[in-house]
Amino acid sequence: MASKLGLIIKREYLAKVRNRSFIVMTILSPLLLVGMTVLIAYLAKVNDNEARVITVLDDSAFFYQTLKPSKNISYVHFEDLTLEQAKDSTTALEYYGLLYIPNGETVEKVANESYLFTKENPNTAVTQELEGVFQKQLRQDRLQKLGVTSDQFSSVEEPFEINLSTFSGEKSMKGINEIKAIIGGGFGYAIMMFIIIYGGFVMRSVIEEKTSRIIEVIISSVKPFQLMLGKIIGNSLAGITQFSIWIVSASALLLVAVMIFGIDLSALSADGQVQAGPMTGVSQFGAMDGKMMMYAKEVYDIPWGLLIVSFFIYFVLGYLIYSSIYAAIGAAVDNETDTQQFIFPIILPLMLAIYVGFFSVFSNPHGPIAVGFSLFPLTSPIVMLMRLPGGIGEGGVPLWQFLLSVFLLIITFFGIVSLAAKIYRTGILMYGKKPTYKELIKWLRY
Amino acid sequence: MDHILVAKNVTKTYGDYTALSNISLQIPKNCIYGLLGPNGAGKTSFIRIINQITHQDSGEIFLNGEPLAPKHIASIGYLPEERGLYKSMKVGEQALYLAQLKGLSKSEAKTRLKYWFDRLDIGDWWDKKIQELSKGMAQKVQFIVTVLHEPKLLIFDEPFSGFDPINANIIKDEILQLKENGTSIIFSTHRMESVEELCEYIALIHKSEKILDGKLSDIKKAYKNNIFNVGLHVDRDAEALMNALKDKFNILSSEIDAEDNQLNFRVQLPTHKTGDILMELSKGANINRFEETIPSANDIFIQTVNKKDNGK
Repeated sequence: MASKLGLIIKREYLAKVRNRSFIVMTILSPLLLVGMTVLIAYLAKVNDNEARVITVLDDSAFFYQTLKPSKNISYVHFEDLTLEQAKDSTTALEYYGLLYIPNGETVEKVANESYLFTKENPNTAVTQELEGVFQKQLRQDRLQKLGVTSDQFSSVEEPFEINLSTFSGEKSMKGINEIKAIIGGGFGYAIMMFIIIYGGFVMRSVIEEKTSRIIEVIISSVKPFQLMLGKIIGNSLAGITQFSIWIVSASALLLVAVMIFGIDLSALSADGQVQAGPMTGVSQFGAMDGKMMMYAKEVYDIPWGLLIVSFFIYFVLGYLIYSSIYAAIGAAVDNETDTQQFIFPIILPLMLAIYVGFFSVFSNPHGPIAVGFSLFPLTSPIVMLMRLPGGIGEGGVPLWQFLLSVFLLIITFFGIVSLAAKIYRTGILMYGKKPTYKELIKWLRY
Repeated sequence: MDHILVAKNVTKTYGDYTALSNISLQIPKNCIYGLLGPNGAGKTSFIRIINQITHQDSGEIFLNGEPLAPKHIASIGYLPEERGLYKSMKVGEQALYLAQLKGLSKSEAKTRLKYWFDRLDIGDWWDKKIQELSKGMAQKVQFIVTVLHEPKLLIFDEPFSGFDPINANIIKDEILQLKENGTSIIFSTHRMESVEELCEYIALIHKSEKILDGKLSDIKKAYKNNIFNVGLHVDRDAEALMNALKDKFNILSSEIDAEDNQLNFRVQLPTHKTGDILMELSKGANINRFEETIPSANDIFIQTVNKKDNGK
């Protein structure tokens, strides 16, 4: 009995990993992923370097000191030219634009009469930066008229951030909830992808057995349930193999890419993009000033052990539930085209879980919607994982919610798997019928 | 008599549809038992129950005197009508896998496979994929996989479909050889030609009910109706002789071949007495043919099914 299950698992596993398209995907995906990352990082870098050159014809004395080259703009100063000459030169040199600052008595007057000439409508980042320069100068000028010295002005300009703390006295920080949810969301997202990709494998494998007509030969030797289980386990092991190869090779390639191209990945995360993997974590927190230290500590303080154990629990149960539904669908149809009507209802709760996760759990990890979806068995594997980085107990997920969610998941697991097995058992011997939901319900009673 | 399989009042329904109604059968050991019936009669449903793919709603089945149990799977070999193999798997690997699922050890399965591959002359296919083989070639592999674990009971559902005549013959001989070696065989088909050659016993299933079963020769005897085919060589006027015979006997049809002086006719005798007519014939002609017509399995099949349908 057990050895037969072993045989089935082994066959399914080997059939999958020897499959040519599987091998191609396994090799190609990390290359594509790393290629994309490198490309994006490279483009971002190129973009950064492409600071726009603006020529400046400054007849006043107020702004010479303030126009400092920045990420977006570098300046070329013209002297002793008329405005027309300056315009012509700028066009001839193919510079981005000409900033004309006329002579005047007051900053106010000069600013009001200044112009930025460009070939086309200027880039927003450029205008904003220039406006910022003028505004600062104007503010300083107006304050000086009120008797504020420039030293006083600088001290007034000191930025400020509010101190944050939890009631229990730990210092808390802006954005830490988001970071936690993103980490949990990463786990949840991995589960969803795994279910959709490898659940599809299970389904296609069932359809293949039906279309090749080997199914009846097999189930005269083993129970349909054994075959279904073997198929699910075999395919998920193949999936885990692929996932592991992806993670290892993608990390290695990324490391190589970073070393070769010297691309600063933190540039990406600075733009608000979230990167997976420890690499960016390191570079993100590379500048270990006090604040960064605290973020690092927070991330370090996330209950990783709990998170990994519960990832395992939710992954196994969630995957088994969904892939047995996939197996039942595969059994019910004769070819893949007929699966559409049944697949949508499966993907729906998964999508819902991701959306609810990103929209509700991020902002309020313990609100009623987050709690509801983290208990509902078809969404809990994803939503609960998004909540769990906050820990269990005080300040995190109440223990009873966690236990209830796992309990409901286990109950659902047994329910769904036995229903799916019934549909599977009947479906694999049905040929030439395009099943309806009504038909499937009838099969449950056979 | 010793029976390999006994079914008692087996009934199976799918929702409102009755697949088998109260079927009782006794299948003797070491014989070929024909399970006959039109498409959709319930043959496959019955076979699936024997293979424990599905279970009967009521009734009992005994294999070798024991109630049918999961352990019996290893002593049954089944070649389904809807059959096939994994297309992208290599022949040898696939055969090994299926043999191991039937409980053979890997080394044992290898030895036996080698024997069978040589026997059916397909030794060099071991590393080929099924999709590279023709349909008939794949069927040979399928046959080997069915018999490899040396089951006590073999069930063939339309075994010859998909074979060309030459290979069908090879398989037929193999089936007969298996029977010689002591295997009991259930042979399900709706094609009657093969039944005559192979089966000693038959059961006829129609619309989920068993309408006839027993030894084929006994059934044929029971379906005889004393019709004889007679051929005469006549020197004199054949027509006059024919008319004379028509007065005395129930002649069903006749034909005269004047060139060869040959008279052929079919006659139905009132009882199983041939003396009267032979006496009469010997007076004026030379008898060159006198034979009782025995109904073919096909005739019996059609006759019984029609009778059943019209009787309702």
